[in-house]
Amino acid sequence: MVYRGPYKVRVEEKDIPKIEHPNDAIVRVSTGAICGSDLHLYHGMMPDTRVGMTFGHEFVGRVHEVGPSVQNLAVGDRVMVPFNVYCGSCYFCSRGLYSNCHNVNPNATAVGGIYGYSHTCGGYDGGQAQFVRVPFADVGPSKIPDWMDEEDAVLLTDALPTGYFGAQLGDIMEGDTVVVFGAGPVGLFAAKSSWLMGAGRVIVVDHLEYRLEKARTFAHAETYNFGEYDDIVVHLKKATDYLGADVVIDAVGAEADGNFLQHVTGTKLKLQGGSPVALNWAIDSVRKGGTVSVVGAYGPIFSAVKFGDAVNKGLTLRMNQCPVKRQWPRLFEHIRNGYLKPSDIVTHRVPLEHIAEGYHMFSAKLDNCIKPLIVAGVS
Amino acid sequence: MSETATPYTAGKSSGRESAEALRARIPGWGVDLDPADRPSFPREQPGIETGAHWDFPERQPENWPREKSIEHAMLPPVFGTSTPPAGVSGAIRKYAYKYSEGRAAHWLLLIAADRVDAWENHLKSFASFRPDNPVTQTGVLSEFSRGGIRSRAGKRRVDTNHQWLDPIMIGGPWVLAGLGAAAVVRALARRR
Repeated sequence: MVYRGPYKVRVEEKDIPKIEHPNDAIVRVSTGAICGSDLHLYHGMMPDTRVGMTFGHEFVGRVHEVGPSVQNLAVGDRVMVPFNVYCGSCYFCSRGLYSNCHNVNPNATAVGGIYGYSHTCGGYDGGQAQFVRVPFADVGPSKIPDWMDEEDAVLLTDALPTGYFGAQLGDIMEGDTVVVFGAGPVGLFAAKSSWLMGAGRVIVVDHLEYRLEKARTFAHAETYNFGEYDDIVVHLKKATDYLGADVVIDAVGAEADGNFLQHVTGTKLKLQGGSPVALNWAIDSVRKGGTVSVVGAYGPIFSAVKFGDAVNKGLTLRMNQCPVKRQWPRLFEHIRNGYLKPSDIVTHRVPLEHIAEGYHMFSAKLDNCIKPLIVAGVS
Repeated sequence: MSETATPYTAGKSSGRESAEALRARIPGWGVDLDPADRPSFPREQPGIETGAHWDFPERQPENWPREKSIEHAMLPPVFGTSTPPAGVSGAIRKYAYKYSEGRAAHWLLLIAADRVDAWENHLKSFASFRPDNPVTQTGVLSEFSRGGIRSRAGKRRVDTNHQWLDPIMIGGPWVLAGLGAAAVVRALARRR
């Protein structure tokens, strides 16, 4: 697929990517996905998103070609590729901060490299395609274990690790009350992961009833539809005996609903780096001294965040893009032990040829869509 | 709920589920209770094994002057090669990279370039065998195949308060461009 401007994508023939660095691999994509954060690109919110770019940072496939210095992969290997493009050797990577790599993104120092996520994230074409260039093949990708389902593997490239990481950023302690804003894939996984870390109560907030139903059944969460309350912050205070939650996770990001002015200025007029409604609700509904974890994606320009309240409440604000591969060994264990079944959230499988319809369906939240996968080469 | 709400006294309200009850109800409850079992604890883990077998990666060839943030000390060794800057939008982008990431001008120029880029490519497409088609490219036909009405009617979705703006934002410029083109054609016809 290629981007053709805000709200427009189409399928085009492109050349098969070439090896451009000795540690590159070319991967033939078998399954990809549309991520909620792809919608920020699709809606034209991320600066330096160029017409002709191929999106997609969640994908798995088979190795088609390897560069001369690749040692760990061979042609034909079935691989899963983290959404982070990273070198493994810079100051940040050598400390495990793979999402903050300094060797892969000329366009910005504030963010590392991400497949198919604008030039602000390095200018790499992504995996909503038949073939994709994968830099640092000895560092990022891993062979998919034989026992692992391909749809579970593709959800391990971003959505599940990001949700799990979001719960970790919350520094959850036994018995904590955790509120998760957003019942999309990352929010569902963050809620589910909060239990693994010993939460005593997990509450998920959204306005889409079908997603809240999923939060109840998949993530065993209490749910509140913020559309039903005059003021969701007051409701959350009441629900926590006026204390506030110990931990709040923002799994919404730049396109948050709930405040018309914030939404329109942030997402339609692009006057903010996104709509900070969920983040402001998080700051307001967490208890004093509590922790706000942010894994929702925001753009690089300013947003109207209620920072004064965060200071006055003595909050800990923790955030980052997820360093995906660091999460894998433990997540593999959780999947094998039956604690997590990521593909349970998949609702649609869209052929690559129909990706424009897939984007609109996901963007407009049609047909109870939670997670659409992109199946390459199948019509 | 206690008679005196929690924050006014030292204790936390009781009535929560016990660890045993949670463990019985939630598969895997508490398996990562110990922070040492959490892979991103501590946040930084110096010396972590990554698979890299170099101290500094070999450099990828720079096939055109690659735009880069002025906050970088040098061009990083590896970078994406999708869609090099071109045309008016490319010139705006190159200019934007004269400003640091800390300056609003940098980002606002890039966003402006994105809008120019879209129109440059729309116009270019009309001189090709595959002109842009806002109907197929927006995927709007999935409103019919994926239950556009069913997905919204009676659902009390909050996003319906702004979704009406989307067709105006997407279709509006096309309508205005069409009217402008028609006006130009009419004016030219009148001159003849």
